[in-house]
Amino acid sequence: MLKGKGIPIFITFLTGMIMIISFFIPHKPFGDIEKISLTWYSIIAGFTMLLGVDSLIGMHFRKLKRKDENWFFSLVLIIGFTATVVVGIIETVRFGTAFDERSYFTYIYNYFIVPLQSTMFSLLAFFIASAAYRAFRARNFDATLLLITAIIVMLGRVPLGEQISPYLPKFTEWIMQVPQMAAKRGIGLGISLGALGVSIRIILGIERSYLS
Amino acid sequence: MNFFLKLSKIDRRFIYLFIALVVVLPLILKPKFPVVVSKPVQDVYDYIEKLPEGSNVLISIDYDAASMPEQQPFLEALLRQLFKNKLKPILIVQWQLGAPLGTMGLEKIAKEMGAEYGKDYINLGYRPGYVAQMVGIGKEIRDFFKVDYKNIPLDSFPMMKNVHNYNDIALLVGLEAGATYLAWIEYAGGRFKQKIALALNAVSAPDAYYFYQSGQIVGLVGGMKGAAEYEVLVDKPDLAVAGMASQSYSHLVIILFIILGNIAYFIEKGMKNKEGGK
Repeated sequence: MLKGKGIPIFITFLTGMIMIISFFIPHKPFGDIEKISLTWYSIIAGFTMLLGVDSLIGMHFRKLKRKDENWFFSLVLIIGFTATVVVGIIETVRFGTAFDERSYFTYIYNYFIVPLQSTMFSLLAFFIASAAYRAFRARNFDATLLLITAIIVMLGRVPLGEQISPYLPKFTEWIMQVPQMAAKRGIGLGISLGALGVSIRIILGIERSYLS
Repeated sequence: MNFFLKLSKIDRRFIYLFIALVVVLPLILKPKFPVVVSKPVQDVYDYIEKLPEGSNVLISIDYDAASMPEQQPFLEALLRQLFKNKLKPILIVQWQLGAPLGTMGLEKIAKEMGAEYGKDYINLGYRPGYVAQMVGIGKEIRDFFKVDYKNIPLDSFPMMKNVHNYNDIALLVGLEAGATYLAWIEYAGGRFKQKIALALNAVSAPDAYYFYQSGQIVGLVGGMKGAAEYEVLVDKPDLAVAGMASQSYSHLVIILFIILGNIAYFIEKGMKNKEGGK
């Protein structure tokens, strides 16, 4: 009889086997089972977002309550979050979709979310420049090789490289397609084999750390 | 020597200022840089050029505003090529916050090229659960997209009457800011033999080279540079080509900073060795 930890281990085994079989035999009944499982997965993933929201809002409420350092940003986050959700619901009811051209949600998207996301990502250029200046040192042979390769690729991947020498972009492409690929393939195969091994261990109930 | 030592302790805000200048000034002054087309980008273009008139091309918007400067110019260049060749784009979205960007690009280029909604192109919008969708489209697209992005039934559009699954789609083009493309390759490509072309952010483009080499994708457009190459191919230089000067100069400035930082490092190291020798 299944009891205690045996129940989740059996469910894991069964689900894993169904997914493997349905990948190779995508016909009835396995194809349908896979489709249903994937739909369930989407629903469960949706609920995990709720957990994330709960954790985020809870943390910022606590910060606000205790008047911790930078509590004002927590207030901005809570107001921003609440306003976006409320406006999103109202506009979905009004127009059938929150992203209607006339909706205030689209306004929030165009004038808050787009600039904020773009700014966050573009800040990377500044941080990368500063970090490269401070940390990219030719300390030994390996670091020197990496540094020289990085400089070649950085020049070869922009039109300026073509102006310096027409061979630079070609050499960059060779670096990308041969040495870079060799390293990537090695890492990729290692990761895949590792993931495969862990998956088999989980399906067979050998690896049980996910239960704790 | 003192200069280099002082330089090694430079306030990072000066570095930020230099980067800001080399990004902004070229956008204002607009210096011209010749853009040479690389083979992975040429392969995407050539594959689409060979598609028969009326073929359906599934475009997946898997990016959001953070990647807009890299992906949006490619989307627009791609749509220009599709409409020019009388191919039919079907737009779907896997990243919810990318939905308005996809719609914006599609509507802009459709208007410019005189394309008619529902007959020449369609926008199916966002649905949650991308892996389920990728597998589901292999059987029947209506299982996930019964209606378009404005909740109009799919069967009311002439171009969708004969579109049911991957067999009716000549090419899938994924515009990718993350790792969603791996699932496209695994499910749509691996299981349903769907032809795939990818446009990835520059930071993740090297990760997709082995799919290109193995023939699992027909071509690869990497970052803003790839988008600029595509704009050149469709003979309509636009935002990506304009951004090439900024990108060129910013790369150059970062390289100069790295070289200066290393000179300062070796001078400092030499001085320490000398002091140690005494």
